[in-house]
Amino acid sequence: MPESARLVHSSCHATSGGASLRVGLGADALDRALNGGLARGRLHELWPAHPSDLGAATGFALMLARLAAGPTGTIVYLAEARGAHRAGALHGPGLVEIGVDPARLVLVEAPDARELLRVAADVVRSPAVAAAVLAPARPTPLLDLTAGRRLTLFAERSGATALLLAAADPAQPSAAATRWRVAAAPSVPLDAGAPGHPAFLAELVRQRGGPPAPPARLEWRRDLARFTDLSQPVAAVAGGGRVARA
Amino acid sequence: MRLTAVGRAALQAGLTPGLTLADARARAPALHAVERDRAAEARLLGRIVAGCARYTPAVAAEPPDGLVLDATGCLEPWGDATALADDLLDRLAAGGVAARAGHGGTPQAARARARFGDAPDLRDLPVAALEAAPDVTTALRRAGLRTVGDLARRPRALLAARFGDLALRLARLLEEEDPRITPARTAPPVAASRRFAEPIGRVEDAFAVLRDLVAEAAVTLAERQQGGRLFAARLFRSDGHVAALRVATGRPTRDPALVMRLFDERLAALADPLDPGFGFDAVRLDVARAEPLAPAQEGLDAPADDREALGDLLDRLATRLGPARIRRLGPGDSHIPECAEEVLPAGTAPAWQPAGEGEPPLRPLRLLHPPEPVEAVLFETPDGPPARFRWAGIDFRVVHEEGPERIAAEWWRRRDRGGQPRDYFRVEDEAGRRFWLFRRGQAAWFLHGLFA
Repeated sequence: MPESARLVHSSCHATSGGASLRVGLGADALDRALNGGLARGRLHELWPAHPSDLGAATGFALMLARLAAGPTGTIVYLAEARGAHRAGALHGPGLVEIGVDPARLVLVEAPDARELLRVAADVVRSPAVAAAVLAPARPTPLLDLTAGRRLTLFAERSGATALLLAAADPAQPSAAATRWRVAAAPSVPLDAGAPGHPAFLAELVRQRGGPPAPPARLEWRRDLARFTDLSQPVAAVAGGGRVARA
Repeated sequence: MRLTAVGRAALQAGLTPGLTLADARARAPALHAVERDRAAEARLLGRIVAGCARYTPAVAAEPPDGLVLDATGCLEPWGDATALADDLLDRLAAGGVAARAGHGGTPQAARARARFGDAPDLRDLPVAALEAAPDVTTALRRAGLRTVGDLARRPRALLAARFGDLALRLARLLEEEDPRITPARTAPPVAASRRFAEPIGRVEDAFAVLRDLVAEAAVTLAERQQGGRLFAARLFRSDGHVAALRVATGRPTRDPALVMRLFDERLAALADPLDPGFGFDAVRLDVARAEPLAPAQEGLDAPADDREALGDLLDRLATRLGPARIRRLGPGDSHIPECAEEVLPAGTAPAWQPAGEGEPPLRPLRLLHPPEPVEAVLFETPDGPPARFRWAGIDFRVVHEEGPERIAAEWWRRRDRGGQPRDYFRVEDEAGRRFWLFRRGQAAWFLHGLFA
């Protein structure tokens, strides 16, 4: 059963000790910079480096949610209604193909930013939610330090990991544990030059109680449910999509 | 044109329903006549029926101008049916509605007393009270049968042979046979209500009463080993207005705290705040749908607990945002991208096939619906991939691509048996942004999705 196989993998690279409060991304340099991995039960913030990177940023947020939620936990994707049209809406078959089973994903639509924040508090506070992606349609002054602290507090209590997917660089201080700028990165092409597995340039712009990290080129390996570091040539050859596809 | 209804003043001026308008104007030149508005009548009757839920759950409208209440088992707060009727008439009079009431052992007996005089003995009522067809009534009068009693003394078999349903009408009127009314609202499985001697003016206080009612209903539900799925609260304002709030849960529940949280949520989500007006004088809670729910067990295991917590969350969100905004995606039975997924209620558990091992994503994470046309597309061969394109004012240069993947229109589902096939390409630009483009026809290019 593939689900149990994934369970083994994810528990392997979750850091040992405690109830695995941090989950390793799979890229060593980045995990070291993060002091073991992405902290669960915290608020993390990320945004696309450029508007056309929204697909990449959405994918990265969902992949982090997948890592934090483990193989079966419920993920809530809470989006603002007005933003849905220009860049499309989440597509079920596409979710399957990045390893997020749509059956565990609850899509919630809030009419505006204010309602999104109110609902986000309920979602993040719920013990039933393992991870939540919060996607306002545009930068909003409502998402200030106080709102971030509230969400952090709720996340700490419930253990849910909150991922705030901003539409653009928020350019205001934030209470998030980590802040990421995400761009698409050239993938490792497959046979006949076909685009390969999802690849990202993820820059840890800021982290609470730690140094920022330079941009890392990460590849998402759906079948392992983890990232690999493409910046290191060895990893790229050993884990490249070319081998898997041949 | 004829008069269908007249006011008190018109009645005193000698006008009666049925008079032609021209005659009426001749008799009373100052007559103010308006056209009959059946829709408004039906609305008024509907409001009165809704308001009568304070007396009994079984209320039925008898259009155009009547209603019947089945007060069986509901008289205890009033003492007797006359007191209940007086209360109803007072309220109607306060609202400007002139009405008459009657009560009896059957709906027909009550109706006859209300419409044909409140005779202590039903046999003293005129034969018109049977409300048979006009020619039947005329025939009875001509035969010298003035009252219901006259008719009742005749052999019933003869009546049935001569006048069809007259015998049945007689039996129902004389309380010999009791048909059930068809209430506007079926009686809920579990209900609780409270009336106040003095109207209460604060919504908070009304909600405190509602809290008691929910707790009361929970006890009944627990006795029946049931849980509610749909709860309806009705706050009756003393001026006749009824405010209805309903909440639904994904699973049967009888947890008063949970139900009250949902009611609070519903109250907070109201576009117009609840207006107490001159105060509420009754509150009623109906558990409109109940389902079996086993008694609570100690030591529930964690997954069940989690499922329950998720159910609670989904209920709260659905109450706040509306159920249409809480969804899950299920697989669709089609290879057309737009139809390859189905939007389902959040309570469902769709089953998706896992992706093929080792394959990169072949379908986009975000699907644009409808597809967006892209401009300035350069392509080297007529059926080859694009080399450049412009979307949202930005030029993208393609460095990697795969395709075409031809997706044919589902002509067998289309009435015109038409539809052009689309040739899809997965492309990646210099910076690594991955897009899903398709070409339709010779040179019409569209962006259909964004990959991660």
